[in-house]
Amino acid sequence: MTNWDRFLDSFFNARVAAEYLPKIVEGFWLTILLAGCIILAGVAAGLALAVLRSLGIRPLNWLIIFVVDLFRALPPLVVIALLYFGLPAAGLSLSGFAAAWLSLSLVLMAFTEEIFWAGITAVPKGQWEAARSTGLGFFPTFSLVVLPQALRMVVPPLTNRTIAITKGTALASVVAVPEILGAAQAGVSFSFNPTPLTLGAIAYLVLFLPVVILGRWVETRFAWKR
Amino acid sequence: MPKATGPIVEARGIHKHFGALHVLKGVDLAVHERELVFVIGPSGSGKSTLLRCLNRLEEPSGGAITVDGIDILDRRTDINKARQRIGMVFQAFNLYPHMTALGNVALALRKVQGLPRAMAEDKARRALERVHLADRAGHYPGQLSGGQQQRVAIARAIALEPRVMLFDEPTSALDPELVGGVLAAMRELRESGMTMVVVSHEMGFARAAADRVVFMDGGRIVEEGQPEAIFGNPQQERTRAFIGQISRH
Ligand SMILES: Nc1ncnc2c1ncn2[C@@H]1O[C@H](COP(=O)(O)OP(=O)(O)OP(=O)(O)O)[C@@H](O)[C@H]1O
Ligand SMILES: [Mg+2]
Repeated sequence: MTNWDRFLDSFFNARVAAEYLPKIVEGFWLTILLAGCIILAGVAAGLALAVLRSLGIRPLNWLIIFVVDLFRALPPLVVIALLYFGLPAAGLSLSGFAAAWLSLSLVLMAFTEEIFWAGITAVPKGQWEAARSTGLGFFPTFSLVVLPQALRMVVPPLTNRTIAITKGTALASVVAVPEILGAAQAGVSFSFNPTPLTLGAIAYLVLFLPVVILGRWVETRFAWKR
Repeated sequence: MPKATGPIVEARGIHKHFGALHVLKGVDLAVHERELVFVIGPSGSGKSTLLRCLNRLEEPSGGAITVDGIDILDRRTDINKARQRIGMVFQAFNLYPHMTALGNVALALRKVQGLPRAMAEDKARRALERVHLADRAGHYPGQLSGGQQQRVAIARAIALEPRVMLFDEPTSALDPELVGGVLAAMRELRESGMTMVVVSHEMGFARAAADRVVFMDGGRIVEEGQPEAIFGNPQQERTRAFIGQISRH
């Protein structure tokens, strides 16, 4: 066997590929499910925190900033490990999926809160004043005038951050979630052949390449002209 | 019911501090129905601050303000309701960039006055007609010239049928060739009987349209009078110096 043949046999082994493809496809759907749940919860919670923060209640804002900085500082894998391996000690055990979902949602929440907050504060003061001068109250001004502009401004960074964090779903393999990477690693250890990892990489590309391209499109589409 | 007589705007002894900075040092201003009062003065003299106190965008540190019989500084006053009677136009237009011209004008009609959408848009369209921009109703601010944006901003304020309009340097962010259109809109508004307080250095407009010119300096009203008197024959040294300065431009 030449080196080249050995390489092909290791990474593009047709028999192994056929055997483990169904597992990888299952992992693919599981990754989509996990990512979807993370995006929904993380972005919603991040937006909620940013809205709360704009109420300007001092002690509440300190708390928000503390939580946000905490989850921005901790590596996501550490958060996952804490929730999965640490919580049972406190008498509360989470499934691997739940632990991964909660951890990455909290991390995404922290980053999106900062992004939404930056957007809200970037809306010029004149917008508030114009709306308030016509008799609109705080909440209508916030929701009808300020927030729509803030959301529009933050779409590009939000898209990028969301992509970056959903790629963290691969970390769920550490807590035995058979998403793409988990399924691929299981395949490798059963077949003693790395081909399932090749399949996994391809699955990630199939999943994230369109998302990255969409992100690019979003970025140009939302370039804001006044 | 608001009183039919007496000034529409009456500010007495207005003081305003920003921290240690004493910006307004006891300003008295009364504006009568259908009167156009012009406010001039050097940068930092407190013109904008005074204007912004009148609709409580800025909270005065002392004094009393009534507009159309409403005590603006009373905690029990529904300020959002009062503000509908006080239109305001800003130097930077401050149109909502995510809404069309029509949407900009209709927003408060719908969300403050509670008109149904069709009625609000009808009223908004009529306000846009008054500033000759009915044909731009569907345009976004980014698609309008500065002069057109400022006229939309005027329409946004007058659609609420205010009792008084406040203008804070409405033309100073505009290219010279666009100033005329905005001044024309203000002129028509004045001819329709609107009470107006205008901070601006457009002396030609002041001479032609103002009933009274107020000169502010250092947080105080230094001198006031008819436009010819203030521009032609100011009594105070500071007024003379300032008029001399702006006339040279
Ligand atoms: N929000 C604020 N906080 C602190 N200082 C302020 C604030 N707003 C205004 N000032 C200060 O108050 C003073 C008066 O400002 P104001 O804007 O009323 O002046 P103005 O007469 O309108 O000047 P201009 O012709 O430059 O618009 C200035 O010294 C300004 O720096
Ligand atoms: Mg000013």
